[in-house]
Amino acid sequence: MFNYNLRLAFKSMQRNPIMTALMITAIAVGIGISMTTLSVYHMMSSDPIPHKSDVLFAVTLDSWNPLRPFDDDRPERAPHQLTFHDAERLVALGAGKRQTAMFESSLIIEPLNDEDLPFEATARVAYSDFFAMFDVPFVFGGGWDKSADVAAEPVVVLSRQLNERLFGGENSVGESLTMEGVRFRVVGVIDTWEPTPRFYDPINGGFQEVREMFIPFSLTRMMELKSIGSDWGWKWEETNTFEQWLNSEAVWVQYFVELESADEREEYVAHLDAYVGEQKRLGRFERPMNNSIHNVGEWMEYHEVVAQDSKVLVGLSFLFLVVCLLSTIALTLTKFVGKKAETSLRRALGASRKMIFKQQLVEVGVIGFSGGLIGLVLVMLGLEGIEYLYDSPGGLARMDWLMVFTSVVVAIASGMIAGLYPAWRVCRIPPANQLKTQ
Amino acid sequence: MLQMTNVRKIYRTELVETHALRDLTMSVAGGEFVAITGSSGSGKTTFLNIAGLLETFDHGTYILDGEDVSGLNDDDRSIYRNHKIGFIFQSFNLIPDLDLFENVDVPLRYRGLPAAERRERIAHALETVGLASRMKHIPAQLSGGQQQRVAIARAIAGRPKFLLADEPTGNLDTVMAHQVMELLEDIHGSGTTIVMVTHDAELAGRADRIIQLVDGCVLAEEHPHTQEDTLIPAMLNGAEPLAAQL
Repeated sequence: MFNYNLRLAFKSMQRNPIMTALMITAIAVGIGISMTTLSVYHMMSSDPIPHKSDVLFAVTLDSWNPLRPFDDDRPERAPHQLTFHDAERLVALGAGKRQTAMFESSLIIEPLNDEDLPFEATARVAYSDFFAMFDVPFVFGGGWDKSADVAAEPVVVLSRQLNERLFGGENSVGESLTMEGVRFRVVGVIDTWEPTPRFYDPINGGFQEVREMFIPFSLTRMMELKSIGSDWGWKWEETNTFEQWLNSEAVWVQYFVELESADEREEYVAHLDAYVGEQKRLGRFERPMNNSIHNVGEWMEYHEVVAQDSKVLVGLSFLFLVVCLLSTIALTLTKFVGKKAETSLRRALGASRKMIFKQQLVEVGVIGFSGGLIGLVLVMLGLEGIEYLYDSPGGLARMDWLMVFTSVVVAIASGMIAGLYPAWRVCRIPPANQLKTQ
Repeated sequence: MLQMTNVRKIYRTELVETHALRDLTMSVAGGEFVAITGSSGSGKTTFLNIAGLLETFDHGTYILDGEDVSGLNDDDRSIYRNHKIGFIFQSFNLIPDLDLFENVDVPLRYRGLPAAERRERIAHALETVGLASRMKHIPAQLSGGQQQRVAIARAIAGRPKFLLADEPTGNLDTVMAHQVMELLEDIHGSGTTIVMVTHDAELAGRADRIIQLVDGCVLAEEHPHTQEDTLIPAMLNGAEPLAAQL
């Protein structure tokens, strides 16, 4: 019977092509707009590292001003970055399975050929654990080992784009590269890596594509590497020399630790408390003890990676879908009222109300499906447009299979919902009503 | 085949009540060909709708093919209609964008017959009405008489015991009307019970029995082939009939 109803649906759609087109368009536009915003929202709020988001933790210590909290609106919050010397000490203490302190810097790369010009590239200054902690994919080589961290070896892991620019995309492991007068050895090239959001550094932009290179944290002192990310300070201090800057109370280093079990987490927080307790005895950390660890999900919420505006936008776009559905309901009613005589005849010839209801639902389902398919195309165009307008890197404006599936389901469901009331009205038509008047 | 006893049907609106059938009692035997006549508003169509289970009624009993169908729910009435009753309408009521095959197929689909059986029945029904060669035509490509023959094919494809025809020749010229009547007579000849509503005295005269309705009651019966007339005393002694006698 489904095939029969499907055939009838296509015939009915052909009978009224303009009205059918209007219904499909209404659904397609509604789906296109609502699913475009939902797709962006979905990508913004998705878990960037689902298999590890519960074992990776950002660390916060409250080293801030004893007289006022870091965030007046949320006084319970500690600064979301650490001082350089706290970060360096915590890594040295080595609690946790893996840990890395990191910040974003910028280096001038000297040309490999005489005809090229030097150029500036961003670098993430981190520890060797970074790559294993965050499951960074490699196309060539790998990360550096711990000995390079300890010895401050000038080694570098390139991004795919940088490797393309410098070495034409060839395997550059073992090649040399001069940055800021220091000769670096390439140990690895990462593959395309688009964690969305960029969870390990939401402070400096949660939706930036990973195009940076990576160098050891221990090079900071030797090369006097400065952060190009955000930094905050609360205390007047002499920072005329780089060493003074490193020893200041300014917070500018992000810190992540990998902890696999609840026990490890408990131990780690105790370890932080012990460290801060020791610092308190030295006259630092004058605020009440406020050390915490935040898993990836909590960290994204902490930084409000998905802005409230985005949620409002999704709500508004779904309201628009409702308006489109109401239009579709009106069109469907008009269309079905035009089929009163046929429905009456079918009822007379033995169709039950349920059969008529199903027949109408198949028709609106087909219309919903068609609207959904066109809506999908509109979503893709919409996402392309967003990418073009905002130059959104990091795969924010893209659709995954879940969203494709959701779009089609929402479209069919929308069609069905739009058709429920008209179908119910039609199936209530008494069989004798129209037979004499045709 | 059909036995209605004291069937009453009242149409109600906010302002007025219309008594369409007033305690109508009527029976049609299996294999009979009965013509129902009467002026406009006499209750012919209401009777046909109730007989065909297209409408419910307010009072009385209706036995169809030995079963009391008075209290059937909507779903059961649909099944009964589909299995036991064939309909022929004055305005043919074919679905314009379905071809002849598909039009005849409609009631068979709702019966859930297998495809092969449906095909065989449709072919046979269209052959019976002489339109087997035009299966793929749509109704608009046919004359009125041919369209009514398709409607007859649709009515008989389900092999119903009972055929209800509402002014089946009302929209046809004389020649086509006679062709359709001959077809109905052939179908009747094969054992199908037919009840036909008509204004045409000549066509009514070809039935086994003519029943005249007036104001929702049976006024008179006539057996044209035996010239035996019966006036219904209950009616004559009761409320004033409006129409003239046959």
